[in-house]
Amino acid sequence: MIENRPILDFITHIVLIVGIVIIAFPIWVMFVGATHEGVRMVQVPLPLLPGDQFFINLKTTLLGSGLEGTKTAPVWLMLLNSLAMALSIAIGKIIISLLSAFAIVYFRFPFRMACFWMIFITLMLPVEVRILPTFEVVANLGLLNSYAGLSIPLIASATATFMFRQVFMTIPDELLESARLDGAGPMKFFKDFLVPLSRTNIAALFVILFIYGWNQYLWPLLITTDRSMYTIVMSIKRMIQAAEQTPDWHIIMMTSLLAMLPPILVVMTMQKLFIKGLIESEK
Amino acid sequence: MLKSIHFNSQALAYLLVAPQVIITLVFFIWPAGQALYQSFLIEDAFGLGSEFVWFENFIYLFEDDYYGESFGRTALFSFLVAVISMSFALFLAGFAERVVRGGLFYKTLLIWPYAVAPVLAGALWVIMFDPSLGIITYFLKYFGIDWNYKLNGNQAMTLVVMAAAWKQVAYNFLFFLAGIHAIPKSMIEAAAIDGSGPVRRFWTIIFPLISPVTFFLLVINTVYAFFDTFGIIHVMTQGGPAKATEILVYKVYNDGFIGLDLGGSAAQSVILMFIVISLTVIQFRYIEKKVEYK
Repeated sequence: MIENRPILDFITHIVLIVGIVIIAFPIWVMFVGATHEGVRMVQVPLPLLPGDQFFINLKTTLLGSGLEGTKTAPVWLMLLNSLAMALSIAIGKIIISLLSAFAIVYFRFPFRMACFWMIFITLMLPVEVRILPTFEVVANLGLLNSYAGLSIPLIASATATFMFRQVFMTIPDELLESARLDGAGPMKFFKDFLVPLSRTNIAALFVILFIYGWNQYLWPLLITTDRSMYTIVMSIKRMIQAAEQTPDWHIIMMTSLLAMLPPILVVMTMQKLFIKGLIESEK
Repeated sequence: MLKSIHFNSQALAYLLVAPQVIITLVFFIWPAGQALYQSFLIEDAFGLGSEFVWFENFIYLFEDDYYGESFGRTALFSFLVAVISMSFALFLAGFAERVVRGGLFYKTLLIWPYAVAPVLAGALWVIMFDPSLGIITYFLKYFGIDWNYKLNGNQAMTLVVMAAAWKQVAYNFLFFLAGIHAIPKSMIEAAAIDGSGPVRRFWTIIFPLISPVTFFLLVINTVYAFFDTFGIIHVMTQGGPAKATEILVYKVYNDGFIGLDLGGSAAQSVILMFIVISLTVIQFRYIEKKVEYK
């Protein structure tokens, strides 16, 4: 604090609280919607205070066979699919990026820079701009409607490779020298020194990548036609569309709430790692 | 970037880069090449054969009024999203910086929308602004505003801009806050001693000093608005009404997967790739500069 101005302090708190209210209001509306009976949710105006049906709705949503008329899978199954996709994308990206950064920093081999630039290109080609041909490749490989198809095409990562490269560059050369004197081979050095030394970076990156994986939308939408492979995030649109016939808004809102809860919890409980990951992966 | 002390086992090195390189080749380079190749082809109506037509698809696109309009719309959309979310975020960050007690509390409550998927952000706003049920629609009607984004193109655009900007505020807020924190306290204290008030200090010291952050965020927000907002558009308006919210990414999907115009969609993909590549290059040049002047 530079100066003491009680009025300004007061305004500061008011502004921040108003900001939080604006940011949180959409979620509040959704939460309230998830706590009322279905009948209440088609009467204008919709409620702004929570009702008492939260746990009943939670049970119907989680254990039901999916919203009637939506052609989606049961919600618990879609949550599991999302979890599987998010975890395999996050873990897969971290593993292959650690390995390739290790190769690029610690090995001399022909086409080393060519590999580096090829990885760099992935940074420039988001899935949205190459959807049709990528879809064809995945279809030709027979990966439609599978966890492999959901995760592998999204696993290559330039940002993660760059980040680990940066981390490895700061590790002193003496470490490798002494490890070698002790007779450690490359993989032992990798496992016993590099991985433990980049532990915090791995954790920070995991938080970001988990959110990235969980929130994938266009890709699962294209490659899953089998209901049992649907993810929770991609099903929301189907549910909202179906609401024009069967307006079970309490179920739709509970499902949306469940769909956004895991990544929000990750951000809130691992805030430090999240911020570190966010800022470092943009460097 | 190679360590001066390194291993020489080439076989192992190839094995280590193989997964990343193979996935890049199969799922990035090859499809991008395919898109480039297909953009030079026109398929016949039955999808039986195709003809190599050089730049005809591109010429057709540039002569197509719908494409030009979609381009303009995307530019307007990303400009509005970037400006609204960045100014709101900077406003909040400027105040949050002042808070000594409870700073973490405010920060925690402001950053979580980052974790909400774009499509869910869209769903949240659709529910609030639903023409018949929405809670905000109810209040708007009370004030005599006739709200129906399903029929009114400008209202639809306003709604998708708000949803997209809302989701991005958290990200911008964090980077602005980090940028303001990085300014040496002594500089701000010196200005305070010279008698300049908080507002003046913000505009003459803080704002110019965080301009690299602002520029960086401008690029990131543009990329976000161009490519990551597909889910928002898809759940809220499907590009409607009457194409009023059909941005470029949505058009690629619509023409390719729904309209099955493979050549046209591929040509659009290629143009989008050029846009991402130029934005990435701009971003990297900026990062280089930052390193130079430090």
